[in-house]
Amino acid sequence: MNKLYSHIESIVGNVISVRAEGVAYGELAEVTSRYGVSLAETIRLDKELVYLQVFAGSRGISTGDEVRFLGHPMQVSFSDNLLGRIFDGAGSPRDGGPGLTDNLIAIGGPSVNPYKRIIPREMIRTGIPMIDLFNTLVKSQKLPIFSVSGEPYNQLLARIAMQAEVDLIILGGMGLKYDDYLFFKDSLEEGGSLAKTIMFVHTAADPVVECLQVPDLALAVAERFALKGRNVLVLLTDMTNFADALKEISITQEQVPSNRGYPGDLYSQLASRYEKAVDFDGAGSITTLAVTTMPGDDVTHPIPDNTGYITEGQFYLHGGRIEPFGSLSRLKQLVNGKTREDHRAIMDGMIKLFSSYRDTLEKKSMGFQMSAWDRKLLKYGELFESKMMDLSVNISLEKALDEGWKILASCFEPRETGLRSELIQKFWPKGMVQTEAAAG
Amino acid sequence: MSQKSGRVVAVNGNMVSIGFQGNVAMNEVVYVLSKGKRLKSEIIRVKGSEAQAQVYEITKGIRIGDEVEFSEEMLSVELGPGLLGQIYDGLQNPLPEIAEQKGFFLESGVYLRALSRSKRWSFSPQAKPGDILRRGDCIGSVPELHFTHKIMLPFDFFGEWTLADIVPAGEYGVEDAIAHVRDQRGVERELRMMFSWPVKRAVDCYVERLKPKQPMVTKTRIIDTFFPVAKGGTYCIPGPFGAGKTVLQQVTSRNADVDIVILAACGERAGEVVETLKEFPQISDPRTGRSLMERTIIICNTSSMPVASREASVYTAVTIAEYYRQMGLDVLLLADSTSRWAQAMREMSGRLEEIPGEEAFPAYLESVIAAFYERAGIVRLADGSYGSVTIGGTVSPAGGNFEEPVTQATLKVVGAFHGLSRERSDARKYPAIHPLDSWSKYPGIMPKEVVAYAHSFLERSSEVEAMMKVVGEEGTSLEDYILYLKGEFLDAVYLQQNSFDPVDASVSPERQKTMFHLVLEILGADLALKDKDDARGWFYELRQSFLDLNGAAEDGDLYQSSLKTIRETLAARNPRYGSEAKNMLLRLE
Repeated sequence: MNKLYSHIESIVGNVISVRAEGVAYGELAEVTSRYGVSLAETIRLDKELVYLQVFAGSRGISTGDEVRFLGHPMQVSFSDNLLGRIFDGAGSPRDGGPGLTDNLIAIGGPSVNPYKRIIPREMIRTGIPMIDLFNTLVKSQKLPIFSVSGEPYNQLLARIAMQAEVDLIILGGMGLKYDDYLFFKDSLEEGGSLAKTIMFVHTAADPVVECLQVPDLALAVAERFALKGRNVLVLLTDMTNFADALKEISITQEQVPSNRGYPGDLYSQLASRYEKAVDFDGAGSITTLAVTTMPGDDVTHPIPDNTGYITEGQFYLHGGRIEPFGSLSRLKQLVNGKTREDHRAIMDGMIKLFSSYRDTLEKKSMGFQMSAWDRKLLKYGELFESKMMDLSVNISLEKALDEGWKILASCFEPRETGLRSELIQKFWPKGMVQTEAAAG
Repeated sequence: MSQKSGRVVAVNGNMVSIGFQGNVAMNEVVYVLSKGKRLKSEIIRVKGSEAQAQVYEITKGIRIGDEVEFSEEMLSVELGPGLLGQIYDGLQNPLPEIAEQKGFFLESGVYLRALSRSKRWSFSPQAKPGDILRRGDCIGSVPELHFTHKIMLPFDFFGEWTLADIVPAGEYGVEDAIAHVRDQRGVERELRMMFSWPVKRAVDCYVERLKPKQPMVTKTRIIDTFFPVAKGGTYCIPGPFGAGKTVLQQVTSRNADVDIVILAACGERAGEVVETLKEFPQISDPRTGRSLMERTIIICNTSSMPVASREASVYTAVTIAEYYRQMGLDVLLLADSTSRWAQAMREMSGRLEEIPGEEAFPAYLESVIAAFYERAGIVRLADGSYGSVTIGGTVSPAGGNFEEPVTQATLKVVGAFHGLSRERSDARKYPAIHPLDSWSKYPGIMPKEVVAYAHSFLERSSEVEAMMKVVGEEGTSLEDYILYLKGEFLDAVYLQQNSFDPVDASVSPERQKTMFHLVLEILGADLALKDKDDARGWFYELRQSFLDLNGAAEDGDLYQSSLKTIRETLAARNPRYGSEAKNMLLRLE
């Protein structure tokens, strides 16, 4: 069955072609060259020609090198032995441990029947008010962190990973800087979470094809653990590198690009990964947090744009803080009605006022006179930024709500907040006197 | 039957090339036999002795030389009793039954029948032997939930047919013969309660198409009052992600004043469909008092399901909509999102190596979109009754930029445009329909001039706002400032609506009229306001009471007390009305 072919017909980019028979679409092969053995995946069949994408890249491959088909698609081992281990994008160990070959499972499997999904109902607490209060993270949610290079997105990811209550963390690193890889490893180790972590890491120095496998490997393993009843948190960083790898490969295959060079199926490609986030009826769940760095800080760039249409909201990380505008958790309404009765009102009310504050700030920067109302807003905005938005704030949701009322009461009259009277009667801090900003 | 055979000769993504012998039809459904599975595919190009087919499944595992089976039929849906309340994928496979048989995952090559074969329906004949029938004519009916489901002469029975015999009233399955008809040449054919129809052909069994005039109430104020949709009309909701397209559609699917709602979840998030399919059975339809699911059909092809069937899903949905329209019912089809459908066309066009148009979309994008929306309409049927299909589609423009091809192609063919704006959703102003960009060509529940009068406040307010950004608040006259506050007030208490509040989520047309009158009393009044601070304070106070009122059920105390507060607050400022304002208020009464 495992026939050997020893003549390569063409080498274009990372794609080689051989004349072979009986090969299935998606089948894996091993290419042996003088620089070692690499896996390759069948990406196109045309009559007797088989096109293979070589994981390690085609550099140094000779037309006389050997290709051996393995008779199965890409697989990954799945067992509890994976815990605490680190692998690369081809599924080989990166930590010096033994390779795992028991209980192999296929990756990139079929999608879940929507009928078998359940409505997410549980909040995941993170201790970050901008998340818990304003954009609650929900079990089985898929959420990207939109950011730009240089922002502490990996730090945020690591912090959520360690504070969130989950059974298992699977980290998929794509095009990670080696330093960042070590950062994750160290912080998970220090936080005592390494034993419940599995890492699939492709670093910036590794071949680009392997980058494409990382999310599939991570999610296939996550899916199996979830089916066994575990609640899994999958962290993917950085999905922009994944999309760029897709672009690189589709261009070398001469596909017609749709938007800024990205392939027309970018949406479907991203969706098939993000949609693996699920809460299984009667089993575990997968929650996905992914970093998407926006090239040029442009949210209309095809990668963040397509991502935004797929995921259930997004967090904007900007200037080291989660921005209230644009950040959104679409699932928050499923859980924030059950936390505390003032949760929704405070959430909307404070953001509306913060939006007015930003308008005032703009007016101020243009040199306009500040009215009494403007001065109130300015005071409010500063308090909001320091007591809510700052990432160093680490308080429970309930504390954050109380803090919210305090901020409001120290800046405004009740009727100026636009909150319903019954809530104001119940929660407005008694005896709080406005330190009249208008006096100045 | 012609002798046909074919084998796979190439595979590229979800497209296979088939070498064949015999005749092949364009859009014929074929099955690729791979590893014991039959993978449904559709022929999309024929060239010499090779045909290209798009596979409605994952193509992993297909080999060169795999056999291909020809069905001799175009992609069709089953039409008959039992569609209501169902959840189908894009190819009309019932998802609950697949879940029952296969568990958590959608494995490829599993196709189940759309209509239950075991269920018995109580049929009452209506036509009599000797009756002359044309396609679409009613021969009898069965009760389907609370509807009278008409059993019709199949839509492809062209010409005149004479009813030869018909079964007596009784219990029958959808495949049982219930009647026989003969055409003029004496050819006899058997009739069953179900028949199939190719999805890409519009059902055209009606006498005439009419102009959509009657408003379709959605209970969303900004739509019903300002940008109405008519029964049999079309509208689109373009918007950047996070602007609330899907929430708006979910709210509409609950509240719309129609008989049947068909939801086509096309290439969007699975989670959103799940919310609908778990919650609808619990919610009761205020029109009938029965579960909302009983008037709903879900066609669900979410983003991670195979791309080719995404393309099919919107057609499956609209065909079922037309089928119920033929029974004289009002049907609303909500497609979310038509951009994903267009993208599916783009992917396939790329694989076919067609010359790309703008943003790599195929050149035929516009005509395909136009043809789809043109399947909406209100029609007069042969028996004199009226039926309608209303289509509302969301559009997800790349980068939120409405200049892109799908939005532009859609705007050309729809009758109303509800453009969502990022600016409004960022400021939590929901529904984020932009009041200055959006438009509607349909008549609504309020007189046109009054709506235009109210709308003029929004326009002027936004002008003043823009001016204030340049000259500052201090450089704005009190009169202009009040105008600005009036626009903001209208926006805050009437255009914005809280879809998560039990009362505010759905506002009846009657209540909309009352509220609109009240708002106009404030907008149209000349008020005694001292200065800007006084004006702002007063409007905020009024807004507060109005928001309380919006959340208050009409039979509660809060409703009366808030109403009283508003009246008192208004009276305190000695409102006087000019002739235009008086005229407008009169027109509303």
